[in-house]
Amino acid sequence: MQRYAALKAIYERLEDDNIVVVTIMGAVSAELQDIGHRPNFFYLQHAMGLASSMGLGIALARPELQVVVFDGDGSVLMNLGGLTTLARYRPPNLAHIVFDNESLVSVGGFPTATSTGSDLEGIAREAGVPRTATVEGIDAFVTAFDEALAADELTTLVAKVTTEGPAGYVTDLALIENRFQFSRHLKNLREQS
Amino acid sequence: MTVPRAEQQLPVSVSSSQVIYDALKACGVEIISALPETWLVHLIRMAEDDPDVQLVRLAKEEEGVGISAGAHLAGVKSAMLMQNHGFLASINGIVGLAHLYKIPLLMIISYRGEFGEPDPWQTQGGGITLPVLDALQIPWVVLDEPEHVAQRIAKAQTLANAALKPVALLLTRDLMWED
Ligand SMILES: Cc1ncc(C[n+]2csc(CCOP(=O)(O)OP(=O)(O)O)c2C)c(N)n1
Ligand SMILES: [Mg+2]
Repeated sequence: MQRYAALKAIYERLEDDNIVVVTIMGAVSAELQDIGHRPNFFYLQHAMGLASSMGLGIALARPELQVVVFDGDGSVLMNLGGLTTLARYRPPNLAHIVFDNESLVSVGGFPTATSTGSDLEGIAREAGVPRTATVEGIDAFVTAFDEALAADELTTLVAKVTTEGPAGYVTDLALIENRFQFSRHLKNLREQS
Repeated sequence: MTVPRAEQQLPVSVSSSQVIYDALKACGVEIISALPETWLVHLIRMAEDDPDVQLVRLAKEEEGVGISAGAHLAGVKSAMLMQNHGFLASINGIVGLAHLYKIPLLMIISYRGEFGEPDPWQTQGGGITLPVLDALQIPWVVLDEPEHVAQRIAKAQTLANAALKPVALLLTRDLMWED
C-alpha cells in the first residue's frame, strides 16, 4: 500500500471539524497537503517523535475532539517512551496511526529497525496501548481506521506502506501560518459549542 | 513490610512546594507534566491529589514539550516540572517545536548543581544550565524566597504568553531544601 493512497482513502473522514490531525514532518505532511490542507491539520515539521505527545496534549485538553496522529516508524522509534505515556493516560479520543515504511524516507530512505524485525505494534501493545493492529492493504487500513475512530479507546494502528515519498517537501504553507490557523480553529470550535 | 513514601524521609520543603503549587493554580494551569526528582516530590503529589489538574507522568521530559504545545494550541494552560537534566533532555523539542512554532512553555526546573550541591553527579549539569538557557534565549529567573514565588511565576507566564516562547523558573536549594 502507498501512504498517499491510504491518506486519500480516508481523507473525507478528516473533513469533519471535530477531528484534529497532527502529522510528522516530511513525506506525510507534504502528501496530506497535496491532497488538501485544512484548518484542522497541524504539521509538526521538526521535533521528531513529539507528534504523538502533541496528540496526547490535545486529547487531554479537549476530550470532546477526536485526535488523529499520523506518525512514522522512524519518529516513533525516537520516542518509544512516549508510547508508555500514551498507554498510561489512554485518552479514548486519540487514534495513533503509524505509517511504517521501514525507512527514514524523508531523508533519503535509510532503513529503520522495523526493516530488521522490530515490531511497533508489539511494542505499543506491550507498552499497554489497549487497542493495536497492523494492516497491509488499503481496504484493511480503511476498516481499521474507521474502527479506531469508532472505538472510543486509544488505538495504535501500524499501517505498512511502501518506501515512497513525494518529489519535494517544502509547501506553500508557512509553519507559523499553519500554527495560528490551527489554534484559531480549535478556539472557534470551543466557542461554537 | 510497607516502604515509607520517599517524600516522608526527605527534607524537601512542603511549604515552599505549596506556595509554588498555589501560584501555578492561580495562573490557571490545568495540565502539569512531570518527571520526578527529589525536590519535586511534593509538587507532584499535590498535582496528583488535585481533581482539577491533569498530572501527566512522563517517561522522558521532552514529551512534556509536545504535551504542553498540544495543550496550548487547544487553549489549555499547562506547566512542566523537571530537573535541569530534564531540560537538557528536552532541547530538541524546545527548538524544533516550541521555538519553531512560537509556543509558550512554563518550565519549572529544579536547579541542581549550584552552590551547596553535595551530589557530585549534579555539578556538571548545574554548571551549564544558565549558559544553555541563555544560548536558547529562554528568559529565566530563580525562585529562592517563598515571598516572591507567586509574583515571579505569574510574571513568567505573562511574558511566555506575550512573547510566545518558553520561560524557565529555576527552583533553588534555598527554596526547596530544609537542611
Ligand atoms: C532529531 C532529528 N534527527 C534527524 C532528523 C532528520 N529527519 C527528518 S525526517 C526523518 C525521517 C522520519 O522518518 P519516519 O518517521 O519514518 O517518516 P518517513 O520519512 O519515513 O515518512 C529524519 C531522520 C530530524 N528531523 N530530527
Ligand atoms: Mg518511515
